[in-house]
Amino acid sequence: MEHVLTQEKTHVVGKPVIRPDAVEKAVGRSRYIADLTRPGMLHAVTVRSALASMSSVRIDPSAAAAMPGVVCIATAADIPGANRVPLVFQDQPFLAESSVRFHAEAVALVAAETYLDAVRAAEAVRVEGVAGVPCIDPLEALNPSAPRIHGEDNIFKAYDIERGEVDRLMASADVRIETTYRTPHQVHAYLETQGMLAECDDTGGIRVEGSMQCPFYVQDAVAAILGLPKNKVVVVQTTTGGGFGGKEDVPSIVAGHAALLAWMTRRPVRLIYTREEDFRAMSKRHPSVTRVRIASTSHGKLLAADILYTLNGGAYATLSPIVLWRGTVHAAGPYRWDAVRIHGRAVATHTVPCGAFRGFGQPQVAFAIESAVDELALKLGMDPLELRRRNILREGDVTATNHRIDTSCGMQEALDRAAEAIGWAERWKPAPSVIPTGRTSMLRGMGVSVSFYGVGLGAGGKHLARAGAYVQIESDGSVRIFIGNTEMGQGARSVISQIAAEALAAPFEMVHLGSTDTSRVPDSGPTVASRTTVMSGNAVLDACRKLRLHLDRTAADLLTCADDQIVVSPGRYSVRDQDWRTIPYQEVVAGALSNRLPLATAGYFVAPDTSFGESGQGNPYMTYVWSANAVEVEIDPATFEIRVLRIAAAHDVGKAINPREVSGQIQGGVLQGLGYGLMEEIAIAPNGVMLNPGFSGYLIPTPADAPEIIPIIVEHPFPDGPFGARGIGEPPLIGVAPAIANAIANAFGVRVRSLPLRPENIYAHLRAREGDR
Amino acid sequence: MKKHEITMKVNGEVRSVIVEPNDVLLDVLREKLGIKSPKIGCERGDCGACTILLNGRTVRSCLVLAIEADGCEIVTVEGLGETLTPLQQAFLDNNAFQCGFCAPGMILTATELLQKNPTPDDDEIKEGISGNLCRCTGYQPIVDAIRTVSRSGKSGGRGKSGRSGRPHE
Repeated sequence: MEHVLTQEKTHVVGKPVIRPDAVEKAVGRSRYIADLTRPGMLHAVTVRSALASMSSVRIDPSAAAAMPGVVCIATAADIPGANRVPLVFQDQPFLAESSVRFHAEAVALVAAETYLDAVRAAEAVRVEGVAGVPCIDPLEALNPSAPRIHGEDNIFKAYDIERGEVDRLMASADVRIETTYRTPHQVHAYLETQGMLAECDDTGGIRVEGSMQCPFYVQDAVAAILGLPKNKVVVVQTTTGGGFGGKEDVPSIVAGHAALLAWMTRRPVRLIYTREEDFRAMSKRHPSVTRVRIASTSHGKLLAADILYTLNGGAYATLSPIVLWRGTVHAAGPYRWDAVRIHGRAVATHTVPCGAFRGFGQPQVAFAIESAVDELALKLGMDPLELRRRNILREGDVTATNHRIDTSCGMQEALDRAAEAIGWAERWKPAPSVIPTGRTSMLRGMGVSVSFYGVGLGAGGKHLARAGAYVQIESDGSVRIFIGNTEMGQGARSVISQIAAEALAAPFEMVHLGSTDTSRVPDSGPTVASRTTVMSGNAVLDACRKLRLHLDRTAADLLTCADDQIVVSPGRYSVRDQDWRTIPYQEVVAGALSNRLPLATAGYFVAPDTSFGESGQGNPYMTYVWSANAVEVEIDPATFEIRVLRIAAAHDVGKAINPREVSGQIQGGVLQGLGYGLMEEIAIAPNGVMLNPGFSGYLIPTPADAPEIIPIIVEHPFPDGPFGARGIGEPPLIGVAPAIANAIANAFGVRVRSLPLRPENIYAHLRAREGDR
Repeated sequence: MKKHEITMKVNGEVRSVIVEPNDVLLDVLREKLGIKSPKIGCERGDCGACTILLNGRTVRSCLVLAIEADGCEIVTVEGLGETLTPLQQAFLDNNAFQCGFCAPGMILTATELLQKNPTPDDDEIKEGISGNLCRCTGYQPIVDAIRTVSRSGKSGGRGKSGRSGRPHE
């Protein structure tokens, strides 16, 4: 059956088929969670803390409970199971107990007959306690006099990577750079806010539906809060209006809350967040402070990197330890270093807990290292593209963790093609040596960045690095598939269906991927880390291979040849090199079923082994996506308004199962990266209250902000990936902001070391520089 | 609060419904008339996901009181026809939505744009849809989809600059 995996000529894989859910979405028939109702359904609203730090919390629901329409008010005391969201450390309560650690933390829940009844009652729940002084800055939180938020030192987790003689090389190097870079919170801004619908079933269990990336995390959470065995909890994903990481861990809280109220009232309960509450209470991208020291020879050979990477984790650990780990592993960039030292730490503050967001700790370090490499190029008087060409990882090189790149590596091709697409060789010029402020004509500049992205959970989540699938061929030949990962818009439905159609030789239109349902497939881990194509794709391939044994046997009987003589094309089984001896796929299916062969089976895939040992050395990921961004910008030297003219984004994805979906991921990820670079910023007041919780205060790119985006697909096959694929979801965001920052520095001669690069921030930076003189 | 009966023609069908003076049109469409394609994205006119056609013009239905729509004609994507319009087909062909949450509003905005200006260049397309947010696609596939069904689509139709319009250009 190896040929199912390795056949060189594919028919459906590699084609830009239209996503199978497209028509339903275009005509408005897709049902998102807020579109679903149940007879007798109650509406839930969350009561949230008005303060960011509070102890001796007392909740008095008596006035609210007497209000019209109110059916149930729940507090921590009502939880029958464990009041801890099951994640890495299990430190976050579903509902606050005696203390509150961030503004808008959930303290109670209201279920009422109508949504307005619930809103009014939630406002009437009295929450009292002793106000504390919030600490919102991660570096201040490290001060011994700072309030204790987590453990003895407010450090959730720290990691170290060390290889080679950093101090010796740093001391003797010709050229050194030492700088510090800062990045802000970023909000996912998925258009569909969080939402869940929970209802008890008639077998003593509960069923939860909603918007999510990770149904098995939700299953864990609902089982935990209700104290139920997992086989009494069914979780089904509804059509999901975007995730980007923001529906990885936090839907567990929403689902736990809805399930608690449904359990207490024995009625269906729907809980949908408002946009403001979604901004205030749901996870964000971690703000960061990264100090980078790098050194090279005078000819531009990189020697040593020494990086101190600090994340603001917010009030609870949630996913911070593994976000930190991924950032630490990738902090030195896709470069050959003789010596590397990286120290990463995630710090607790009285702010909203930060979690997963496309890139997962990497955009922060990519901004730091890619800005620093550009600053080094300037100091060396070298073209920054050339400096990168001399130092990027190639096959046979080792990463910071001493991972030898021994499969395939499209880093150089990605860099060369991105630079070519933007016209670097013809039009790049060195930055002006004097800042040309006050000029009236626009200034143009070019910037480049490189990055790499370890696919899957790697050694940071090894126990989850497996996936299941179920494939069933119906008697009419149509194929029903269930996987444990989810479609949230990224195109998993297309890609998984294409893989199955290719492997079974079923017509693409006959393949249907069902809603993800925890009762259909074993725990397949989360839909994160750009892992679905490799993990679920391989699990589906495993099931299809088993089915092909029966289909090939049947076809061989019908065509009177040996099993291994069977070859397939879309909708047909044939004898190798004898095209005229052929039968339609449906007849093979009918033949197999009449022979009572099973055409339904499970598939399973376990990821290749990974490691992260002493001094952070090992092979932390099974493979990497290799990426380069080249950008051209224009800046108004009087107003500092920035326009990105074009972005060429090249990614080695191994194999594009669906090139249109890959391009879609690149274009969308690039624009999110542009938002991160140029405009997106949460403001938090000293009292810990978010000041801009909505789209009128927190700006995301509109059509008018969208530059020309040139997606470039590089394909160096990954031997363990389905048809050579690696994945693509997250890499497109990672390198955009530093490429833009580098282009601005090139155009204007000004290096701004904190995001976002808004005109007022550039102005403030210039004023501060003047003040320094 | 005093209740009022209002009558609207919704997707070609005359519908009467009892509303309170402060009921929002979006909620009435979704909860009382069962029309779910207008989405709740922000409830304050920022995102465009609730866009509908009111007497042929796009409005954000989260910013319209239901009582204001008395006697009006409303079209949502459910009412665009039994088969896909060329514009909807172009959205499919260009992968112009991913999660799909913005799609109903975006398609209606683009429908109105093409009715007003059948030959928009890219700048005019971007201007026309600039009130509708999409977080998935980067917008370029949406612009491509609209261009292919515009009358200028076949001749390229790129704007003078081929890019988004900004005041200082």
